[in-house]
Amino acid sequence: MRGTLSDRTGAALLMAPLLLFLILAYAWPFLGVVKWSFTLPTPGLGQYHALLTDGLVQSVFIRTLRIAAIVTVVSVTAAYAITVVWVRGSPVQRVLAEFCILVPFWISVLTRAFGWVALLSNRGLINTWLQSIGFISEPLTLVRNEFGVIVGMSHFLIPFAVFPLASAMRSLDERVLLAARGLGSSRIRTFWTVFVPMTRSGIIGSALITFVFSLGFFVTPAILGGGRSVMIAELIYLRIFQSPDWGLGAAISVVLVVFVGALMALLFRYVKPKQLA
Amino acid sequence: MPTYRPGPVSLALAVLVALFLLMPLLAVIPVSLTPSRMLTMPTGELSLRHYRSLIEDPRWLDSILLSLRIGIVSSMLSTALALTFSLGVWMFQPRFTAALVGFVLLPMVVPPVVSAVTLYFLLTSVSGLTSFFGYDTWLGVAMAHSVMTVPFATVLILVSLSQLDRRIDLAARGLGASVWERATRVIMPNIKFGIVTAALLSFVLSWEEIGVTLFITSVNAITLPRLMWMGLRDNIDPAIAALSVILIIITVLVLVARSLITRRKASA
Repeated sequence: MRGTLSDRTGAALLMAPLLLFLILAYAWPFLGVVKWSFTLPTPGLGQYHALLTDGLVQSVFIRTLRIAAIVTVVSVTAAYAITVVWVRGSPVQRVLAEFCILVPFWISVLTRAFGWVALLSNRGLINTWLQSIGFISEPLTLVRNEFGVIVGMSHFLIPFAVFPLASAMRSLDERVLLAARGLGSSRIRTFWTVFVPMTRSGIIGSALITFVFSLGFFVTPAILGGGRSVMIAELIYLRIFQSPDWGLGAAISVVLVVFVGALMALLFRYVKPKQLA
Repeated sequence: MPTYRPGPVSLALAVLVALFLLMPLLAVIPVSLTPSRMLTMPTGELSLRHYRSLIEDPRWLDSILLSLRIGIVSSMLSTALALTFSLGVWMFQPRFTAALVGFVLLPMVVPPVVSAVTLYFLLTSVSGLTSFFGYDTWLGVAMAHSVMTVPFATVLILVSLSQLDRRIDLAARGLGASVWERATRVIMPNIKFGIVTAALLSFVLSWEEIGVTLFITSVNAITLPRLMWMGLRDNIDPAIAALSVILIIITVLVLVARSLITRRKASA
């Protein structure tokens, strides 16, 4: 059936428009960005050398890795707690958990970041409330620092962390859990020695997704960090629009793609793509 | 038969997480009702002035209309491209399918900021050629959004094709149907739902796209998220709170309606 001329032309005709579109509008300009990184302002490896020696760029890379690591731990832990109820809870609990996961998931990143500004800023809900009950006299600084960034990013990423965990928990055979309980294992022990180890692939998938997403995050850190805890993505933006240094912005982009590519390769070694859906 | 249910500790932790997830969405409600010009909690008096300014201030209305236009055009483009590509994959199962699909999914997995730099490069390069297509034009934004949404549309359409019974296509083929007839009269009617979902998702993703839009617009193509961004960065405008409340209400209504529809389908 395969390989006749008409089949080949048919396939080519149907697949060509999208492939051409992406080659012209994505692959070609990406190569252009790579070219920038080697030619601007002067040809050579100057920008990559700068990446290795520039103290500011390095501190941003280290901050990004640190924030991404913390956000990953927070998001996966929180996602685990709510996924247990979404997958194993009573019917009513399941509906409520699903609502709490899907509503934030569908709301735009800007609205969610803004919600955190409304909660955490100096005149926001939390500070107003704490001052009105006399618990504090001066407002606490909860945004425009790393704390705000971590809170906002974790909030954004929890729903994404839920999906791989949910698919791992759904494929888990309930009878194993009942057997453990029946043999006298306590709830806590069953959870830690049976349930958690059996959802390991979900935990790895969820952690890698969260970590990879965190590395390229732009909107939430820019709003909740207030320019004070700049991450890689915001640094790229600043290099391209504020201190026009397209070469360095392009070089950071290339490094980020290579790094994320390596992480994705790792992800697919441990987790089959099906388990992520 | 007994079932394994979460215990009280699990439930308590899940409730904490649920509160964390809903808190920022609820927080915008009181802010949107403040009579003040600045972002504060209302003290006593409530006002709808920020909701009114969404309708009266032409800046909000203009960017809503622009976002709708960009969303519709980019959703049509990305759905059409995703549909033809997926039909090619499904009907002919060409060699290198995995590699080609992987290529198409790239804009979904590459960090958005890198895609943004890439599309910035593209649009500034073509800007010199024409005045209506390029950096800071609505057509340029629509095209860039299509690049970002087409992987999602392709995934949705390929998933619905994978659930289709190949034998109906074989039957049509055996009865002498041409490729065009098989595609439009046999396959497409059976994946209608997937095509519509792909178009809707593409629209929603374009409607709320900000990461790429920030890089490719400056003063002319101010989409709704771009306008919100400007209001968030400088002096925070409480009209954003009013807009957020409206967007949250729409989302909740759509999700509730969807779950009611699927539940009715399941019980029917």
